[in-house]
Amino acid sequence: MLVIRRDLVDAMVAHARRDHPDEACGVIAGPYGSDRPERFIEMENAERSPTFYRFDAAEQLKVWREMDANDEVPVVIYHSHTATEAYPSRTDISFAGEPDAHYVLVSTRDPIEHELRSYRIVDGVVTEEPVKIIES
Amino acid sequence: MAVTVSIPTILRTHTGGEKSVSANGATLAEVIDDLENNHGGLKARLVKEGALHRFVNVYVNDEDVRFAGGLDAQVKDGDNVTILPAVAGG
Repeated sequence: MLVIRRDLVDAMVAHARRDHPDEACGVIAGPYGSDRPERFIEMENAERSPTFYRFDAAEQLKVWREMDANDEVPVVIYHSHTATEAYPSRTDISFAGEPDAHYVLVSTRDPIEHELRSYRIVDGVVTEEPVKIIES
Repeated sequence: MAVTVSIPTILRTHTGGEKSVSANGATLAEVIDDLENNHGGLKARLVKEGALHRFVNVYVNDEDVRFAGGLDAQVKDGDNVTILPAVAGG
C-alpha cells in the first residue's frame, strides 16, 4: 500500500495537468527504509512527448546524488498518461528499474476527473496496490 | 587502473548486496569486463549487442558516457563510475 500526503498527490496532479498533453514525470524522495514519500521533485521529461517520458540523464544523476547525500530513496516515481488509463504500459514495465519504488500513474485523459493509481513493478510483474491519502 | 563503481539497487543481486565495488580498466568496456569476472551476470544487464543497454545510464564522474564514447569512454585511476537505471516509459 502507498500511504501519501494529500499535498503530494495534489502536486503530482497539478504537474500532470500543467504538462498535458505531454507526459509529466518526477520523483518523491523519502528517508531510506521509511517507505514514506516526503520531498517532491519535478523532473524534466527529456522526450517532451505525449506518449513517452524519460528523465534527463544529467538531472537524474544530480537528484540521485542529492538523495544519496540525504540518505533518501525514490519512494515514488510518477508519470502521467495523457490519453490512456493510469495503468503501466509495456514500455513502463520494461524500463522499471527501481524494485523498491511505488510507481504512480496519473491519467489526465479526462479534463475534469483525473485517475491516480499505484503499482509495484518487479522483474516485469505489475502489482497494483491501494493508495491511502492522508490529510496534510 | 582502478575505479569505483556505484551499483544501483536492482543490480546488487550480482554484487552480494554491495552498493559500490572496485574494478579495473582503461575504458568503460574493460571496466565492465572486469566487473563481469568478479560479479557474473552484470555485463548482460549493461551491454546488449556491443552497446550500452538503453535501460541504463552510465556516468564517468559527472559525465553521461553516451556523450563520451559509450563503451569506449576512457577512465582514469580513481574515477567514479555510476550506474543508474534509466527512468523512462510510455
